[in-house]
Amino acid sequence: MRFALDEDREALRSTARELLTELCPASAVRAAWTGVPDDAAWNALADIGALAVLVPEPDGGLGLDETYLVPVVEEAGRAALPHPLTVTALVAAPLGVVGPTVATDLGAAGSVVASAGFAECFLLVSGGGLRLYEAHEVDVEPVETVDASRHCGRVRPRTGGRSVTEDPDAVAAAFDRGVLGTAAELLGLSRTMLELTVDYATQRHQFGKPIGSFQAVKHHLANARLEIEFAVPAVLYAAYAIAHGQPDASRSVSQAKWLAGRAAAVAGRAALQCHGAIGYTTEHDLHLYLKRSWALARAWGSADFHADRVAASIRL
Amino acid sequence: MDLTWSAAQERTRLELRKWLEHSLAGWRAEIGTERSGDTREGFAQQLLWERRLYEADWSAVSWPRAYGGRDGTLWDWLIFEEEYWRAGAPQRVTQNGLQILAPSVFEHGNQEQKDLLLPRIKAGQDLWCQGWSEPNAGSDLAGVSSRARRVDGGWVLDGQKTWTTRGAFCSHLFGLFRSDPDSERHRGFTYLLVPLDLDGVTVRGFGRLDGDEGFAEVFFDGAFLPDDAVGTDVVLGEVGEGWRVAVSAASTERGLLRSPGRYQATVADLLELSEARGADAAMRRRIATAWMRVDAYRLQTLQTVTALMDGRDLGSEASLAKIWWSELDIELHEIALDLLGTDAELEGPWSKGHQFSLAGPIYAGTNEVQRNIVAERVLGLPR
Repeated sequence: MRFALDEDREALRSTARELLTELCPASAVRAAWTGVPDDAAWNALADIGALAVLVPEPDGGLGLDETYLVPVVEEAGRAALPHPLTVTALVAAPLGVVGPTVATDLGAAGSVVASAGFAECFLLVSGGGLRLYEAHEVDVEPVETVDASRHCGRVRPRTGGRSVTEDPDAVAAAFDRGVLGTAAELLGLSRTMLELTVDYATQRHQFGKPIGSFQAVKHHLANARLEIEFAVPAVLYAAYAIAHGQPDASRSVSQAKWLAGRAAAVAGRAALQCHGAIGYTTEHDLHLYLKRSWALARAWGSADFHADRVAASIRL
Repeated sequence: MDLTWSAAQERTRLELRKWLEHSLAGWRAEIGTERSGDTREGFAQQLLWERRLYEADWSAVSWPRAYGGRDGTLWDWLIFEEEYWRAGAPQRVTQNGLQILAPSVFEHGNQEQKDLLLPRIKAGQDLWCQGWSEPNAGSDLAGVSSRARRVDGGWVLDGQKTWTTRGAFCSHLFGLFRSDPDSERHRGFTYLLVPLDLDGVTVRGFGRLDGDEGFAEVFFDGAFLPDDAVGTDVVLGEVGEGWRVAVSAASTERGLLRSPGRYQATVADLLELSEARGADAAMRRRIATAWMRVDAYRLQTLQTVTALMDGRDLGSEASLAKIWWSELDIELHEIALDLLGTDAELEGPWSKGHQFSLAGPIYAGTNEVQRNIVAERVLGLPR
């Protein structure tokens, strides 16, 4: 028995973290609100093999499993990377779609898909399977969303496309991996929101003291830390369960998504409240992470959807 | 990363599972109606249970073999706990001695204290209660004001301890006494081992929230504690170093870790109750949520034990676990009461368990204090 990220997994994570810190700072996320996201961080992730962690070595990938990739996805969440790492590396790559930047929500035609504004390929549900379309083979109707850096659009197939899988089980597995990645991103976002707030509460003075010395503020942030503490092992276990084909894999991703969504909700509320009025502006960076967390909390199945999946699996 | 148990661990688990099933049935046949361990009658019943654990070498799996343990690692201890609670075995009425005093004796006791006290703790011959809290020292333990005055051949004790769990049924008390009258706060305490049958010691049991006589207050009125009152030196550690001894006990791995086993057992009972009573969609969601949180606690414990086995310190992160399990325990019981509806007010395991769960956020450092610790020591917020 041993439940920890060991050295090589930590190494991949910290490499990803360093490059994201440098190439995807808050200013890059902010810039993605008004234009196509800068590809520097995305290309650097591709260079370290992060987009092809799950691709076998002979096919040019790292040939590793989800327990390596998920910590990297968490780092992408921490940076609020505007690119679709979850979809490209965790959903599309295991289906043999390797190389392009992919967008999908595995939903019906016309649903709101993130990264639709700049993705190279789209995975769309077709019957019981999935088809892959090039950008020129679909209609993308841009939509305004709360987090503009997601570049969402309604996507409908126009022509062509090729079948990726006809196997409903493969589609279900792809959905589980999408849920897992979204949970990891939410966990990363929770960490960022908490860190920003700890820094702010240490620096900001009112009544002659740092506001972080007030017990009410401390308890908000302790609550956020608490929810993060218990979402972390759930996300890691879900990665392990998927990687090892455990019978509880689907349940574990739902559990991970529920707990990470909860962590993000608690951390987000605490962050906004403890920042006070400065957090309630678009000038401060907090909103970049907060709005991403709102979007992801409902993406790939709401909290209730996942609680119901867990309920069914424990025979409730 | 490897989430499998070894073949030897699986064998031990099965052996224990069989033993528990068989022995619990035997014990229940012996005692008749099972009472709470926080009543005088139930306490006596559970000592019979402790005797069975002792005779089968299951009473202290993590102790060294030299002292009659099984040299178990933290993993073995986790397996033991999981099976123990799964089987529906009673709470451990000997836990103060086994899990709080014993680690301090291992760490701070001299050889004679170890040789004399530990076997008696393990056999349930000496029954220990904690002597920390006082009327004016709860969360703020440094406010302890019970005094120990050095005299020829021993100590004279004055003061009062209270909220002493099962104190009215125990034979001995360990705790902090101010031995330096000029000292303040954390300095000047001595950790003393005190038989409760001394002249000048009065123990009065009183009802906890659930009505059981599980609490006691202990009065010391010039009680003379001879140096060898427990058969060996009554001072654990050095005179004046009591705070350090007490705190190190509180921060031993096992002192800080609470196994997820009992919450896994509670949630399993909850699933049975929901099946018997019927749950609508909203209720099913609530139960699923509680299940997820229990399971997250199990996973977090596996992570924590891995870190401890790697030689890392648990530190202030233990406060996070304490907040989590104590608030989760209440939630589990509130769900059960809601499933029971108007039957919830009937005396029974769920109403009893509910009242017991409400103690969780209060004892062992209130959750308010724990949140301060998380904020200051984990997050680094200013004091």
